[in-house]
Amino acid sequence: MTVPTIVPAQSFSMKIDGIDVSARAGQTILEVAQENGIEIPMLCYVEGLSNWGGCRLCLVEVVGQKKLFPACSTAASEDAQVVTNSERLQRYRRTILELIFSERNHVCAVCVSNGHCELQAMAQKLGMTHIHVPYRFPSHDVDSSHDRFRLDQNRCILCTRCVRVCAEIEGAATKGVSGRGIESLIINDLKEAWGDSQTCTSCSKCVHVCPTGALVEKGTAAAEMAKRRQFLPYLTVMRENTP
Amino acid sequence: MPRQVIIDPVTRIEGHAKITLTLGDDGKLQDALFHVTQFRGFEKFVEGRPLTEMPSIMARICGICPVSHLMASAKACDDLLAVEIPSAADKLRRLMNLAQFVQSHALSFFHLSSPDLILGMDSDPAVRNVIGLIQKFPDRARDGVMLRKFGQQIIEWLGGKRVHPAWVVPGGVNQKLSPQRRDEILAATAEAMKIARRTIDWFKTIVDKYPAEIESFANFPTMFASLVNPDGNWEHYDGLLKFIDSKGKSVVEGVLPRDYDKFIAERVEDFSYLKSPYFKPLGPAAGIYRVGPLARLNCCKRMGYPLADKELDDFRGRAGNPALSSFHFHWARLVEIIAGIEGIQRLLDDKEITSDFVRARARPNRFDGVGISEAPRGTLIHHYRIDGNGQMRWANLIIATGHNNMAMNRGIKQVAERFVDGKKLTEGMLNRVEAVIRTFDPCLSCSTHALGQMPLRIELRDGMGNMVDELCRS
Repeated sequence: MTVPTIVPAQSFSMKIDGIDVSARAGQTILEVAQENGIEIPMLCYVEGLSNWGGCRLCLVEVVGQKKLFPACSTAASEDAQVVTNSERLQRYRRTILELIFSERNHVCAVCVSNGHCELQAMAQKLGMTHIHVPYRFPSHDVDSSHDRFRLDQNRCILCTRCVRVCAEIEGAATKGVSGRGIESLIINDLKEAWGDSQTCTSCSKCVHVCPTGALVEKGTAAAEMAKRRQFLPYLTVMRENTP
Repeated sequence: MPRQVIIDPVTRIEGHAKITLTLGDDGKLQDALFHVTQFRGFEKFVEGRPLTEMPSIMARICGICPVSHLMASAKACDDLLAVEIPSAADKLRRLMNLAQFVQSHALSFFHLSSPDLILGMDSDPAVRNVIGLIQKFPDRARDGVMLRKFGQQIIEWLGGKRVHPAWVVPGGVNQKLSPQRRDEILAATAEAMKIARRTIDWFKTIVDKYPAEIESFANFPTMFASLVNPDGNWEHYDGLLKFIDSKGKSVVEGVLPRDYDKFIAERVEDFSYLKSPYFKPLGPAAGIYRVGPLARLNCCKRMGYPLADKELDDFRGRAGNPALSSFHFHWARLVEIIAGIEGIQRLLDDKEITSDFVRARARPNRFDGVGISEAPRGTLIHHYRIDGNGQMRWANLIIATGHNNMAMNRGIKQVAERFVDGKKLTEGMLNRVEAVIRTFDPCLSCSTHALGQMPLRIELRDGMGNMVDELCRS
């Protein structure tokens, strides 16, 4: 009879913002920081889904390296010295937010997610007071064809949380990204109206992981769309532990 | 203090105004045009947006009367959902609308117009503003501020904030009124009524000092239009549209909101971004009508509140029935403040006002919806069309100031004929032209006069179109 043994993960120490912390092999810088109560701003990352590294808000400095690293998708390494909150990083993060705000039509005052929006909260937290780049004011459609939900491309920041939760947790893979770069759009199936999708299970996970007012429940008026995403880590754990 | 009357942004016609006076060869006035030079575009850019966002988007038309746009917009959405909203929601919306009447009328009367009435039409323009009023008559100014605060405070208590509350939603309102809040509002009504009482009593002692203004401030026969309730009495939130002629005789009544376009058409003038609505059956020339406090008092049988009814009798006895001079908009506003406070008290005494059931849920059930309510400035019409998914396809808004456009144009002509001397413009004349517009309380006067920075520009032209004189205040 073999006795199962727990093999301790290889652990090592590193420094984040001058504090000695211990990390395990396979962890990202973001995970180590979170375990140690060090907050790093992020928008595309959400616990329970794969890392995407798209929003670049979690960029950190590593002493001795010229380039910046996205904390959500950079492995922690032994003796690394990470800086999460320099003046340069703050400036870059605000610029990233300004670019996001200028890219689509984010009109907080009348948005159904006003007061419940991660983008809005992040802008307030990072002290973004002005948009220094010209707004693009793109003309985007709103897809209200689904019986219960709405996709408003005007409020989308292309974090792809909806794409990941649909594929990784629900297993439907309805959501995808079409186009490239600034022309990218979240689509349903092969760019069909959401209401015509044959794969969507109407589970609402995409709506609740969406950080902004891009994916919302129909019937909500301004400032009424609060998201509930506590379910996600539990769902992930349940899936992983199910034989 | 002046910050309280800076309005930015305001309505779709808010902004800079221009008046052109055209003179004949004999130096006499030929024509007067009132230009509204700003374009807003709300009807266009809401296309494609979900109908549930409409009340909040439309509220942004105005910083002074966002509540009015919330009401008309939410009612148009109710019509699209084809729901009857809960009775408590109806009462709560009425409560907020009356608070809106009180605060907006207080702003118009005290902050914007009373400097003319108290300090004099010809007084020094440097102090003929709310600051001058505070310095010379602090008690009167305080009354104005407190009365406006009363209305604004109720709006905040109900909706969470004073400007653009997101509380009025399609199907009702999104939060009930707590008994504690009701008691707080009720407690504040006594002081508000005292202020309203002494203001109207005082106004009645000074109104006779303005015979020239009463005679020439848009004083001519027109039709009047407003909502009235099913009993024919004064109405501010929901009701049937009524038109009367200049003799007070009913022309058409019992018009359902959805039928408004059978009776109202809009003409586009090339000199103004503000359209000119008229009574359709009579055509643009004869179909001129006025809306607002004066029209509401002229159209209703009774106010429906004891104190306001006494004031209505007094008003009709002295100003006429119907009262034709737009100068009497001021007095009518004060009568409506009394009615508003009485209405607030009556609603709060109703047990149902604290009911939990304040919102009806429904999906879009119609493609075409109309909402009409009375804004402080007059009848406000929101007309929406949506697609099968509940997204806006078309909107038409007829704002109170728009209804009054033709009357304002005729009004400046009348006042210019009376006061302009043909060759040289004087400041007193300029102020009377402003003041006649101000009686209508259009949104374009809101952001300007009270700061003493009226960007009104008057050009005096001869028959060939050459500029004779120009007077600018900026």
